[in-house]
Amino acid sequence: MLEKTLTSADLPVDNPMQAYQAQFENIMAASAFSLGKAEKAKKLNNLLNTLYKHHFESSDAFRKIAYSLGFKADRHCTNLDEHIYVAVRLFKLFELSSIQKEDTFKVLSSSGTTSQTPARIILDKQTSARQSKVLVNIMQSVIGKQRLPMLVIDSEAVARGKGGFSARTAGIQGLSFFGRKHVYALNDDMSPNWQRISEFFEVNQGTPVLLFGFTFMIWQYLVCEAKSAAYQFQSKDAVIIHSGGWKKLESQKVDNLSFKKACDEVIKGSKVHNFYGMAEQVGSVFIECEYGHLHAPNMADIIVRNPDDLSVCKHGEKGLIQVISTLPTSYPGYSILTEDLGRIHGEDDCLCGRKGKYFEVLGRLPKAEVRGCSDTHA
Amino acid sequence: MNNSEKLRQTFASALSVDLDKVVDELAYNTIDEWDSTAHMILISELENDFDVMLETDEIIDLSSVAKAKEILQKYNVTF
Repeated sequence: MLEKTLTSADLPVDNPMQAYQAQFENIMAASAFSLGKAEKAKKLNNLLNTLYKHHFESSDAFRKIAYSLGFKADRHCTNLDEHIYVAVRLFKLFELSSIQKEDTFKVLSSSGTTSQTPARIILDKQTSARQSKVLVNIMQSVIGKQRLPMLVIDSEAVARGKGGFSARTAGIQGLSFFGRKHVYALNDDMSPNWQRISEFFEVNQGTPVLLFGFTFMIWQYLVCEAKSAAYQFQSKDAVIIHSGGWKKLESQKVDNLSFKKACDEVIKGSKVHNFYGMAEQVGSVFIECEYGHLHAPNMADIIVRNPDDLSVCKHGEKGLIQVISTLPTSYPGYSILTEDLGRIHGEDDCLCGRKGKYFEVLGRLPKAEVRGCSDTHA
Repeated sequence: MNNSEKLRQTFASALSVDLDKVVDELAYNTIDEWDSTAHMILISELENDFDVMLETDEIIDLSSVAKAKEILQKYNVTF
């Protein structure tokens, strides 16, 4: 058996999943944005070594990828940037799994536009439960513990997954945990239901509310429609959470700042938080703080690499984003090289007080195909 | 109707399952009827029927009928 030949003195126990559980619980014990650079690097590095061992032993495809990149069975890294990373494209080309077929709990598909192959992400119950827990842990940092009346900028059909379990459904269901008395702003044909939306703001006058939707959906079907129909809503305190990427809005010259401004024109008194996350790494999202920076939580990280030689960029330099998430054990997606460009602004010293790296996303690598997880609505 | 019966009725109606299926051991995602979509319906019906407001952590924790009792007890619902 592989396991016997892989025994390494550096690893606490022979069973990587057992080691993983202990290490993961340890990193989850701290509040989501509390670990400083040195401590975080140490904990993450241990977890990534364990995850490497686990996936190497459990996934034939991952083992092949590792060998092709010159990684051996006993590979043990001491720095975060030495770990293996898998190109995001591979999740579209192959069904990468580290579990037995019968343990599959859910298969998440992303980017299902007709012309493209969607990625298929294999989830077991443990990974799925971990995703929910971590999402809560991170989101509470901007939403708080109380569940707020929630307006979902999508249709109920999509939220319920009637057309299949897409990244959009997964996103809405994941975020629904933070709300109560959910109201769906859009009809099934994606037209805004102004009566429902108006009622929502009327009923919840004077209390904080939560809005969630994919960036493009909010822009196209709420903000633009409201502007052209001259609708405006008032809220004492509306937290708007959105995600999915800017690709579809680039042609309309919509960036983060103009998006926020437009949201506030339609919903007076709104606070907008974007988050960056991948369907390949659901749960460990990077949330935008009050100062407009995306933040890496304890259990995830980002590294920016030079697109030409993949060397690690200095803070402030633009490059390709590598995302690290310590959550996935059912598929080998804990370290992924994305096709997104970004820039790290700093670490541990953002004015918002959150520890960890903070950064911005600067669009797609030009040659990459058009992709964004909210693009399932083409 | 005591709270145990009330709780079982809430589960049965929210998940659309027979009352006799609702036992303490019934757990999230072990039956098709109790999936993530049904979970949110269950939460809102529990909140209505027992007049409580659960926190996000509790929704994630509420993974079985027994666990639901444990959580509701924090809100002075006795079983």
